[in-house]
Amino acid sequence: MTADKSSLFSRIESYRRRAGRVRGSVIETAHGGGGRAMRDLLDDVIVGVFVREFGSRELSDHEDQARFELTALSARGDRLAVTTDSYVVTPLEFPGGDIGSLAVNGTVNDLAVGGARPLYLTCSLVIEEGLEIAVLRRIVRSMARAAKHAGVAIVTGDTKVVARGAADRLFINTTGIGVIPRGVEVASNRVAPDDVLLVNGYLGDHGAAILVARGELQLETDIPSDCAALSPLVELLLSELDVHAMRDVTRGGLAAVLNELALASEVGIVVNAKALPVRHEVAGFCEILGLDPVHLANEGKLVVAVPKAQATRALELMRSHPLGQHAVAIATCRRDPPGLVTLDTGFGGERILDMLVGEPLPRIC
Amino acid sequence: MKYIDEFRDPVAGRRVLKQIEGLVARLKPRTAPLKIMEVCGGHTHSIFKFGLEVMLPDVIELVHGPGCPVCVLPVGRIDDAIAIAEQPNVIFTTFGDAMRVPGSAKSLLATRAGGADIRTVYSPTDALALARANPGREVVFFGLGFETTVPATALTILEADADNIDNFSVFSNHITIIPTINALLETPDLTLDGFIGPGHVTMVIGLEPYRFVAERFAKPMVISGFEPLDILQAIQMLLAQFVEGRCEVENQYRRLVRDDGNQAALRAIAEVFELRPFFEWRGLGSIDHSGLTLRERFARFDAERRFTTPKLTVADPKACQCGAVLKGALKPWECKVFGTACTPQTPIGACMVSSEGACAAYYNYGRLTTLRRAPS
Amino acid sequence: MCLGTPGQIVAIHDAAKKLGVVEIAGVRRVTNLACVVDEIPLDACVGEWVLVHVGFAMSRIDPEEARRTLSLLAELGDSAPADDGGLP
Repeated sequence: MTADKSSLFSRIESYRRRAGRVRGSVIETAHGGGGRAMRDLLDDVIVGVFVREFGSRELSDHEDQARFELTALSARGDRLAVTTDSYVVTPLEFPGGDIGSLAVNGTVNDLAVGGARPLYLTCSLVIEEGLEIAVLRRIVRSMARAAKHAGVAIVTGDTKVVARGAADRLFINTTGIGVIPRGVEVASNRVAPDDVLLVNGYLGDHGAAILVARGELQLETDIPSDCAALSPLVELLLSELDVHAMRDVTRGGLAAVLNELALASEVGIVVNAKALPVRHEVAGFCEILGLDPVHLANEGKLVVAVPKAQATRALELMRSHPLGQHAVAIATCRRDPPGLVTLDTGFGGERILDMLVGEPLPRIC
Repeated sequence: MKYIDEFRDPVAGRRVLKQIEGLVARLKPRTAPLKIMEVCGGHTHSIFKFGLEVMLPDVIELVHGPGCPVCVLPVGRIDDAIAIAEQPNVIFTTFGDAMRVPGSAKSLLATRAGGADIRTVYSPTDALALARANPGREVVFFGLGFETTVPATALTILEADADNIDNFSVFSNHITIIPTINALLETPDLTLDGFIGPGHVTMVIGLEPYRFVAERFAKPMVISGFEPLDILQAIQMLLAQFVEGRCEVENQYRRLVRDDGNQAALRAIAEVFELRPFFEWRGLGSIDHSGLTLRERFARFDAERRFTTPKLTVADPKACQCGAVLKGALKPWECKVFGTACTPQTPIGACMVSSEGACAAYYNYGRLTTLRRAPS
Repeated sequence: MCLGTPGQIVAIHDAAKKLGVVEIAGVRRVTNLACVVDEIPLDACVGEWVLVHVGFAMSRIDPEEARRTLSLLAELGDSAPADDGGLP
């Protein structure tokens, strides 16, 4: 090889090995094709953000799988917890969050409410061609930020690009792995007839924020989504209390979670309508559209069931944490009627609180 | 919230209940319960939402009437709506209420899943805004509701007319309350003792049109607001009429309802709409002069003239006893299919479809009443 | 039927089209005022309370009548309970 040829070779080689940079302003099918364009996208927008910007050490772009030291895991507890969730939301970005922070916090919360300490997430993106790369970059940054905040590492992932119309801009799937510490026994069927149920704050913020952000209702208000990782709050509660059951309150709202708990534990739950924490604006939003805050989605709320004797302490602990400032005891349990959730309306009457059939639809009558 | 929270005050509620109990004690001894019908689905909703039914003395039986414009929509009209929505290039807009109502083969929700462009809107003006934003598409608004909602549709059509929007039309299923109450009162075996009148409809049409209820049919009526205190007070006013032997149309909802209604709203209705000779109601059959259609002058905004629809009359499902429930002859749980074949998830009849419907309200909220009243 | 919500007119949006901004518990929406301008002239309606149905103000709320209804129901007790966190 002549000197000339060798310098050309090394020039090309170093070019081949450079950190890729994505070209153009929108995602095209080539970005999912497995070739150079995909490499560039991953290098620039995914690995570039997670590893270079946020210093993640766990994400490898050389291997097809993430690898864990079992001893490190078993030092933290005696059971693994695994959960998976796919995130589809319109719009992708909304006040208080975006699909990225949602995909991290939602999965973190699903682990946390099982008593697990969330450790690792996977991240799978399904991108519709035409998505602006700037939007994708913002969302990946938001994921990285949320993961860092929640103390979890994104360890592996996948990126697919689908033709226009085959997805709605961006879908994200995250799978989470956590470890449940020895002795922690949180389960939906452990609610006891004299338990008290508490919620950590305002109900319905996320559902209202999304419906307003879609713009179709032409309503203007400042309701941010409550999207947040609940793991620090959960850890605080578990450090002191005998938490019988814990659920994050998401789609279907409080009504769905309470009904699931009542059925799983075969207890009656009596909700105190007057105690339900609802932001002024969300209450107004619901009055206008004929919706009920107990049916609206949340992304940073949980319900805990604790023995009556621990309810006061549970409330104190919750309120001492930024994620539980507006915590309230919302319901008591009883033996009969099993599986039924009723609501003390606060007006003197009592009625059944069931889950909705489908999504809450605004009504006029 | 102002004008809401004050009217949900439980302390005041207990006071009215005391008055109600006092009046009940002064009623002439009777064997049958005192049947009071709330005509309007909004009242039904409040009654269940606040658990009012279980608070009232047993002698008072609330009968949940036909005043839910979604519940009374017949199968054939839903089929027509679906036929319009399925035409190419149409954006079909509707209030959320109508999305789950079953037609003969499917609902609008299922039609949307099948690919039709169906969108829920909060206001007819939002539908008109969609028409402006999509000049190449046909935007159709599903006009639903009684006189409360008709002015909004009328004013929207007037705006479309003034601005010459040529891709906007209304599929009118607007209905009027008076012929319906009249038809109900003419039912031979009706056992109702009095009525809680629809506050928001009356806000538009005024008190005068109801006089016949008291004068010709000798049934007292109190026009009521929708908060729990409003409804309790209306019941208290009705009881006072029974005790004092009066029979009048009274107005509990004075903060919103004027004796002569809302003239601007009535002018808009009269300008745009006229009465149909008759209109089909789910569960109640055909009622003369109870439906509204667009006047000839606004024909270009009339979806029924712009689009071809099957226009078939489809019989109500046989197993369904909605008609008897709407007339108060049957309690929801007495229907053969209530809670088994007919649930909010798989509604057969109109009353189970909308949350305003008597059966859905019972299913969702009221099972407790049945549990309590059932002999154990 | 006919869900209606009390709200306060906080601004005029488009006088020619009789559009105002109505606020309901911190939620604002452009609302058609055509049905209430007979009773309250457009230039005097900011601050008035109306009943809103499907984006239209359908009637002015008469504060005097509202007060009278409430006083008929006897004076209201102190309805704001102390914050006990809902504990039983």
